[in-house]
Parts: sequence; structure tokens; C-alpha cells
Amino acid sequence: MTDIAQSLAGIVGEAYVSNHPEEAYFYARDPGLMPPHAPDYVVVPESVEEIQEIVRLANREKIPVVPMGAGLALTGLVIPLKGGIVIDMKRMNRILKVNEGGRHAIVEGGTSQGLLKAYLEKHHPRLRHSIPDSPATATIAANVMIHGQGRLTQQYGFNSDMISGLEVVLATGEVCPIGSCAISSDWFSKGAPLPDLTGLFLGWFGATGIITKIGVKLYPKKRMRDVEIFITDREDLVPEMVYELTHTEMVEDINIFAQPKPMIFKDNHHITLFFTGDTDEELEFKRKMIWHALDRFIKSKDGGFMGVPPVMKPTLLDMPQRSVSRFADVKKGGGFEYSGPIIMVDKYPACAHKILELAEKYDLGYSGMARIIGRSHAMMFGFAFTFNRADPEMMERTRQALHEVSLFALEAGGVFWKATVDEQKMAVEKMDPATLGLMNMIRIQMDPNGIMNPGNWEVTEV
Amino acid sequence: MYALKFDENVCRTCPTGDCLVKCQYLHLDKETAVAEMVKIGQGEDSFVLNDCVTCYACEEYCRRGNHPFYLITERRQEKGLLTAPRAITRQWINIGEPQGKYRLGEVKERVLSFGFMPEFLGWINGRLFEDVMPSYIFGQEFFCNVVYIHFADTTVIKERLPRVVDNFRNLGVKEVIFLHDECYGAFSHLAPAYGIDVPFRSIHYYEYLYNRLKELKDLIQPLNIRAAYQRPCSSRLSADQHHFVADIMELIGVDLVEREYKDENALCCGGIFNMCFGYDLAHDVQKRNIDDMATHGAQYCIFNCPACQNALGTLVAKQGIKPIHMIHLCRKAIGEMQESEETL
Amino acid sequence: MKYADIVHRCFRCGYCKFTSDYSDFNCPAYRKFRFETYSPGGRMWLIRGWLNGELKNSARFQEILFSCATCANCVEHCVFTFSEDLVNIFIAAREELVAEGLIPPPVRDYLKNIHVNGNPYKTPAADRGKWAGDTPVEPYRDQDYLFYVGCVGSYDERAVKISRAVGTLLVKAGLSIGILGEKETCDGNEVRALGESGLFEHLAAQNIRSFRDLGVKKVITLDPHAFNAFKNDYPGLGGEFEVYHYTQVLAPLIQAGKVPLKECNIKATYHDPCYLGRHNGEYLAPRSILEAISGLELLEMERSGENAFCCGGGGGNFFTDILGGGKESPARLRVREALDTGADIIAVACLQCAKMLEDAVKSEELEDRLKVMDVAEIVSACLL
Repeated sequence: MTDIAQSLAGIVGEAYVSNHPEEAYFYARDPGLMPPHAPDYVVVPESVEEIQEIVRLANREKIPVVPMGAGLALTGLVIPLKGGIVIDMKRMNRILKVNEGGRHAIVEGGTSQGLLKAYLEKHHPRLRHSIPDSPATATIAANVMIHGQGRLTQQYGFNSDMISGLEVVLATGEVCPIGSCAISSDWFSKGAPLPDLTGLFLGWFGATGIITKIGVKLYPKKRMRDVEIFITDREDLVPEMVYELTHTEMVEDINIFAQPKPMIFKDNHHITLFFTGDTDEELEFKRKMIWHALDRFIKSKDGGFMGVPPVMKPTLLDMPQRSVSRFADVKKGGGFEYSGPIIMVDKYPACAHKILELAEKYDLGYSGMARIIGRSHAMMFGFAFTFNRADPEMMERTRQALHEVSLFALEAGGVFWKATVDEQKMAVEKMDPATLGLMNMIRIQMDPNGIMNPGNWEVTEV
Repeated sequence: MYALKFDENVCRTCPTGDCLVKCQYLHLDKETAVAEMVKIGQGEDSFVLNDCVTCYACEEYCRRGNHPFYLITERRQEKGLLTAPRAITRQWINIGEPQGKYRLGEVKERVLSFGFMPEFLGWINGRLFEDVMPSYIFGQEFFCNVVYIHFADTTVIKERLPRVVDNFRNLGVKEVIFLHDECYGAFSHLAPAYGIDVPFRSIHYYEYLYNRLKELKDLIQPLNIRAAYQRPCSSRLSADQHHFVADIMELIGVDLVEREYKDENALCCGGIFNMCFGYDLAHDVQKRNIDDMATHGAQYCIFNCPACQNALGTLVAKQGIKPIHMIHLCRKAIGEMQESEETL
Repeated sequence: MKYADIVHRCFRCGYCKFTSDYSDFNCPAYRKFRFETYSPGGRMWLIRGWLNGELKNSARFQEILFSCATCANCVEHCVFTFSEDLVNIFIAAREELVAEGLIPPPVRDYLKNIHVNGNPYKTPAADRGKWAGDTPVEPYRDQDYLFYVGCVGSYDERAVKISRAVGTLLVKAGLSIGILGEKETCDGNEVRALGESGLFEHLAAQNIRSFRDLGVKKVITLDPHAFNAFKNDYPGLGGEFEVYHYTQVLAPLIQAGKVPLKECNIKATYHDPCYLGRHNGEYLAPRSILEAISGLELLEMERSGENAFCCGGGGGNFFTDILGGGKESPARLRVREALDTGADIIAVACLQCAKMLEDAVKSEELEDRLKVMDVAEIVSACLL
């Protein structure tokens, strides 16, 4: 064992440190298409104190530190671009507190979406959190760190809008509470009425600190939940349809998808509408309001509610939707990646055209999948392509298609979500210089030695 | 191209105008009914072409064999009058597209046709079917495609149905027992109406069940239940088979409640209405239908068509009426179904 | 390698690690080691790297592959169409390592002992039937059932008590059973799981021949591992027998009143053995036996049935102990979970689980609060 490995073993215990080729191989990669880069060490700490020690060691030795949840962003955000220590956070997955009346939970930084969901179902059946459709092993902290979206995003915004505080280990090794918890023992607000410091961390991909605890806002969980799918062959009308639907304020979540397979989905755009109720009456009232919101489109024959077969409902109502992961293997290749710019809803038709054009140009299987953010304030449009991991040429075609998506998205006024390193560079180039300067200042102040997930949001060219 | 055999004079001389007078959705008097059908026959515009909800019932109401519903469908298509939103029609056409994913059991001269309803793959077992199974066919390649008359699109039917007939012919089957009315209606009534030659004998599964139950009568334990029957639209294409419902019920001890929406007066399950016309029509029809079942004391709602069961099953269950498919009901009568399996 | 055309298809989404409600990580190796590499997805990616020449066979690689308990939690929860093959893929990779001769020493020793002695205990075959000594269980002649006991049940001190309990119960219930005694040889389930397919086939052929020679038609196994081999692997090698785990035979006998029981005030929790449960779908028979005992309160653990957490003994780990040791060993985690139910007894239906959990109870210093008993032992204690 090297000195560093021994020091790390002194912190987390020998069993939880590796500098073996096997871990180096695995943690060099994520399921997406970014080139691998091996870490020098992988550690699996159990406590905040251990993380502090690791960061202090890294700072002393000027070794990069990359915090990792489940590593499911697909855009290479936890690939250690400059080597160093990958901190696998998933051993820190305790649910520390749930405040039923104040509707929030405090969880450790490695807690998975699935674990919180299961815990709430069992102990707090009237509460829920905004669960994304990434696999259940995805961690809450990492999802918030990348401004993920979830089931409640149409109602409350990004998942990062739905937090009530953070605890962060800074590059210096200090532990810093953020939000009301900095002053109070209660985690009810991530910022207001104080200056909102969460912005120093969220969206930074770990380049400014490591989230070790997170306050998660919880929301009422109704007893019933159902789904309807409105289909249309007029992508140009989708923004109007979404506008009408969001106006009802009756919908839990709005997802739109268009894909060529299976045949039932060919040729149409599917506006998937989830809604909830505590009683049959409430559920039916919402259903009626939702249907009526789209009456004019039904009358003009521009769209209609498809009959959702009962066998399809569990797949749709599943949280997270396991079928999203299955997309990776529809062509028996085990891979998919998507570029998911955050963009205005009126760009839906352009996005829908673009994905078709690229799928054809690069001969790829695709799925266009959008999630509405807020009341039509924006959407994430996922340009998803499936690829075969055993086919390097196909993987290259997928990379090229995704690169074209990036160019298109920027041109169309979108902003990259969980941007790859290349997309970060593109974003930085287009960014207002004053903003870039501010980001630079923050980064340098917060991580003077450049050890925190280096290679990400490096904006020092200014 | 195949063309409908329609005789305008039959309508012109019709003494009743039943096709539209009895219609539960248009409410016309005899004179208007006859006049509108004649106009339709002559290719003129008629409000009927806009307002028909595609319940198929006029195919049964017309006792003169002049296929009013097929005619309405033809004319709608000629005039480009869509019944359903384009996306819905497209979706259904895509679903029925043959993809080479059909499944064949050990096909013999006598075969069960599951059409394109995957439910039957799990439902068809036990003694009722033991003298045919595992001779079955399933898949789009054997799908009658008649559903497209709901969408006023006979082109797909005329294109696909002869190919489907060929697929049956290539299997060398002589007798096909259809587990869905629409398929039975397609091969026994619609195909002849369009002059398509069918090289096998079509048997409705009700006739088959009736005969099997008689053979297995020693196993029958009368169910002694009160039930409503949800008659599907497609049953109107083969109204001559509808009597088997009552015949079977008598055999297995089921009392069909005397309700308003029974037999000829049956109401649609609402599934197609939802897709084509939105919330109000479908929910009004469903509510009236289920209230009628409940008012008349039905304990069970018996389904013939799995699609009707999808549309109405949960709703009747909420009213405390157990949804059950005819096949399950018959299996229950010979002691094969457990209570927990009934609503499969 | 067999299945080489599948390994690249893992997306490493991680569903394989969980229970179906995501309430806990349920892969025993991942739960202990906590590196992604020890999860099913990790193994898939490493196997691919190894097949591609990007990784070498190392002690770590061997530990990762051989720490898989073949518990099939991943098979149960993987969302992909190849889920059924996950355990088979790991076994196929082990086969390659065995063929290369580069395997962990305890694996090597286990296989060698089976090869030489027909059992892993280095004990003579002549001692195999000794356990039956003062029981009413007789050698197999032409009885209705062959009662197959296996290596653990024949030689392990703890397991022998279970063999005696089961054998005695079955005879008392009026079942016509007989054992092979010294003619019995290893069923090979763990040999196969550890990747020595040649030796497995040899053992299977030997057993099949001997069963046939004796005219055996029906087999009751003591151990779910043997049950699995006989039921799922032997038919492909020409060994078609009616195979039952003993709980499947005992349950109807108890229902029929052939085993009169007295009231027993016991709080028990049942631990599903992977090779009875997930591998063979039998969750009810053992539970119905326990539920037939008046006064017995059956308390379910958080993870049970399809979601049961493996004791860590499967896939040969019972013998190689790659997964054992430390507070985070699967058996110790499982014992703590059992304790949370408030039960006094962990009921088991597998010899390997019995031993693994009993050792864990000792390590956790819970001997005064928790006892590990086989279902048959509980029934024996509750006989009228």
C-alpha cells in the first residue's frame, strides 16, 4: 500500500480503501459515453468526520477528490478526470430525521432515492419526495447537486428547489451548515430569509464542496394516483396543450415522450399525465378537469386520450420508472445516453424534429422524453439514444449525435443540464463574462488548491 | 379493391327505419331515419355521418341485411370525416401492423383464434378447452382488423383482411373458433359483405362454450348469481350468436338481470367513446350503464370483450359489482376458478 | 466464456442490489464490501474488462467473483431481459478461472477435497450414514422415497442434529424413506456454483447412476442446495426424478394430521434459504409447517420471501468463508434483522443457513436472546 492509501486506511479502515486495478477500472467509468479516467484511490467512508479527514489529506497532498453517489448522471460527472480519490458516498445512507408536521427529512449525503421512498412509505405514508426516474440507487444529494427533476417538478420546480438545507464539507475540510440549520436546530429553509448560500454548491458537481447531509422537503402524498396519456400527431401544438394542462393545476407531473418502438408509440407524441387524490371523487374531478382542458384539441381531431391498457399502468405508475433503465437494452446493447437541455416549452416542436433528424442521420434508436418544469416555465428535453456497448462504431455515432444536440440546444436558447466537460466549455464560452468572472471568483475562493472534482467548471480562462 | 354490397332501394323501401330510430345516440323518427340513410346511400352529406358514435348497433337493428354501419363507415371515409383524432387512428393502425411476432400452438385443422388479444394466452386452459388446445393462433398476422370501422377506415381492413385470410389458408385450418366477436363477425359477416372469400368455417366461442358445457354438464355447479352482461359493439356484427349468452347462463345457473340496457338496447362500454369524443359522452354512457346494473341487483358484470373489461371493469368493481369474463365465468361453473382469480 | 455475448449489456443501474421496495441493499457481497465492484453490476463490468484484456486475474478479482453468494437477489430484481442469466454468468466466469487454475485457496481446497473424498470434510465415506445410527431411518432398499442428506447433513456436527430431526419426523409421519449411507456422494450444487463444471457433471453422473441402479423414483432432500441441483441441473444430465425438499413433504403430512402437535408458545421468524426460495419459488411450505403449530407466532423480517437477505453461505461461501467475518458479514446483519422482529427463534430450512446464522448469533453475543432452529427441530420440540 502506498503512503496515501495507508493514510486513507487510517481514516476509513483498510477494508474501505482500494487502490486495486478492479476498483480503478470500474470507478474510471460511468454508464455513459465519456472516456474513462482511473482514480488512484477509491474510499467508502462512513461519517462526516471521515470525509473531513479525507479532504484535509487531499488538500495537504494536492490530490483531487471526487464525491460519487450512484454515478448515474451518464455525462461523466464522477469520472475522476485528473485521478485522485473517488469518495463513494453510499455507505452514508442514514435517514436522520423526518419532521412530519414540518414536512421535511434530513438524510445523509449517500442516501438513495429508493431508500427514502421506502422509509417514507413505511413510516410516513402521508409524505413523499420528488423522486426522479433515474434508478432507485441514485442518491438524493447527487441528484440535487445536478439540479435533477422528479415527480413533483411540474408543481414545485427542480428537485434542488425542494430542499430545506445542506451540510457541506468544504475544500478546507470544514463542515458548513447551509440554510436555517446554520442558526437553528430546524431545517426548514435552504436560505431565505438569510442569503441563500446553497447556490455556492448546487450545480457545481462537487467542485465547491461535498454534501454530507441534506434537508429534503416532503409533500402531501395522496392515497391514489392515476395516469392518462394524451396523444397527438401535432408536435407544434404540444406547447399549447401543456399550457392548458398546467393551467388546471391538477396535474402531478407531465412527461412527454415520442419514440418509434414499440409500435403502439410510433408516429405520436405522448403527453403522460399523472394525478393524485385522496378519494375517488377527488381523483375523478381532477381527471375530468384534465380531460376538459384538452377538449378543443379532441374536437379538432388533433389529439385524444388513448386507452391506457391496465397492464401498462403499473409500468407508468412505477416510481422510479424502471422502464427508463430498460431503454438501455432495447437493442441488446446495454447502453443509452441522453443530452437533456433545460429549455423553453415552446421549443418542443424544434426538439422533436431535431431528434428525428439525428436518429435518422446517425441511424440510432431514440426516445425523445420531456419533463415539464414548473407551470410551463421550462422543460427538460431528453435526446436519448440507445447504443451497443460492444459496438465502438455505434458508440462513436451516438457521441456525434449528442454533440449535435449540444450545438442545437445552445443555439435554441437552452442550457445544458448535467453538462459534460465539453458542454461546460461550450457553456462557458457563451456565458456573459461578468457571470463567468463571478463563477471563477467563487471557485478560486472555495477551492484554492483545485482539488475538488477538478476538470469540472474550470473557468479560469477568463 | 373489395366493395361493399349495398342496395339503396332496400333503405328507400324500409318500413321502419330501425337502423337509426333505435339508435341510442341519435334519437331520430322513422321519416328522418329513412331519408338520411337514403342520402347516405346516394353519397350526399348527412348529419348522421358527423354524429354517429360507431357503436355498430345499426348493423343489428337493420333486419334487411343492408349493412347501414358499413355504409356509414364507407361514406365517412370517402368524405374524410374522421371519427377519432388522427393520432388515435394512427396508433391503432400501428398496433395491428404485422411484425412477425405471431405465436402458434400445435395448429390442427380445428384451431382457437386468440386474435390479437394477449389476455387469452393466459386465460385459455382447463377442461373447457382441452379438446382443442394447444391448437391456437395469436398475433397481428391473424388479427381481423375490423376495429378500424370505429375509425372510419376500411382501407386498412380491405388491405389486411385478405392477407390474414391467406395466413389462415396457409395453415390449412378448416375450422376456426374465434374468441372475439369482432374476428368472428369479420370472417362470418363482414368478409362476405365485401366479397372476400373465407376458406374455413368460423365458430363463435360462445357456441363452442355452450357445447362444451353441455358435454361437461356433470361438472357444472349452478352458480346461482345475478349478473349483468356487457354486450360489446362487435357483437352487433354477429347478432345471430347473441342468443348463446342466455343459453349459457341457463346451463350454468346465472340469472341475467332484467335491465334497461340489455340485448338490443345494450350500451357501449365507453372505451372507444373516450378515445374518440372525450370525457362527457363516455362517462355519461358508463354511468347510466353501471347504475342500471346496480339498480337491478347485478352481483357480477359478465364481459365478452377484454377491451370492454379494460374500460369498464374497474368502474363496475367500484360499484361493488364483480367484473368477470365469460370464459372465467364458465370455468367457475365447472369448479376451475378460485375466487381470487376471477377478476384476472 | 459462456454468456460472453451478454456481459456488455449491463447498464449498471443498480436495481440488482436492492430489495423490491428499495428499503435496503440486498446483495450480500455488496452489503459487506460496499465497493460497486462487489455488486452484480460491478461484476458484469469487471468480467467484461477481463474478457477484453483490460484487467488481469488477480486475488482481488477472484475475491470479487467468488464472494457472490449466488443468492439470486440480482436475478429477482434486475430489470433487463437477461436477468435470469446473471448468476449463470458469474458461475461461467468462475469456470474460466477454475480452468486457468487461478482461484482462491479455499476454493481450490474445497474442490480438491470433493474430488478426493466425495465430501469437503476429508472424512471417509464409510462415516456418511453414521448420523442415522439410533434413528428409525433405514438404508434405502425399495422404499417410496430416497432421503438424500448430502455432505453437510452427514458430517457437520450441527447439521447432523437436523438430519436426525428430519429423518425421524418423516418416518414417524409414516413416510417410507431410506438413505444411501456410505453409497451417497456429494450432490455437487456448490461444486457447480464454484465453477468446477467437470467435477459437477462427474458427481451428477455418479448420483444419477446410483439412483437408477437402486430404482429410485422419488427423492426427498434435506438441503435446498441438493434440491436445486436435483431439480434443475440433473434432468439435463439424464437424471429425471421426482424431487422434493423435505418441507414440501412434511407440510401436507402435518396438514393431514399425521404429525400430532402440542401447543408451543414460540415467537419465530423464518429465514428463507435462497435455494429453496428465490431459486425454486418455495416460500409457503416451511411457513405453513410453522403456522400449523398452535401458539407459534410467526414474525416476518423486513426482508423476506423474494426479498430475503442471504445468510452469506451460498455459492460455496459456506465452505470458503470469503463473505464471512466482521460486523458487516451477511449472517451477522441477518441475525440483527431477525432480532428486530422480537422473535426468540430464527427458523431455518437449510443446513448451511443454520450453521451460518448460529455462528453469527454467537459473534453478536445474542445466544441468550436468539436460537437458530431448523423447522423440523421446532416441529420435533412441539410433538405431542
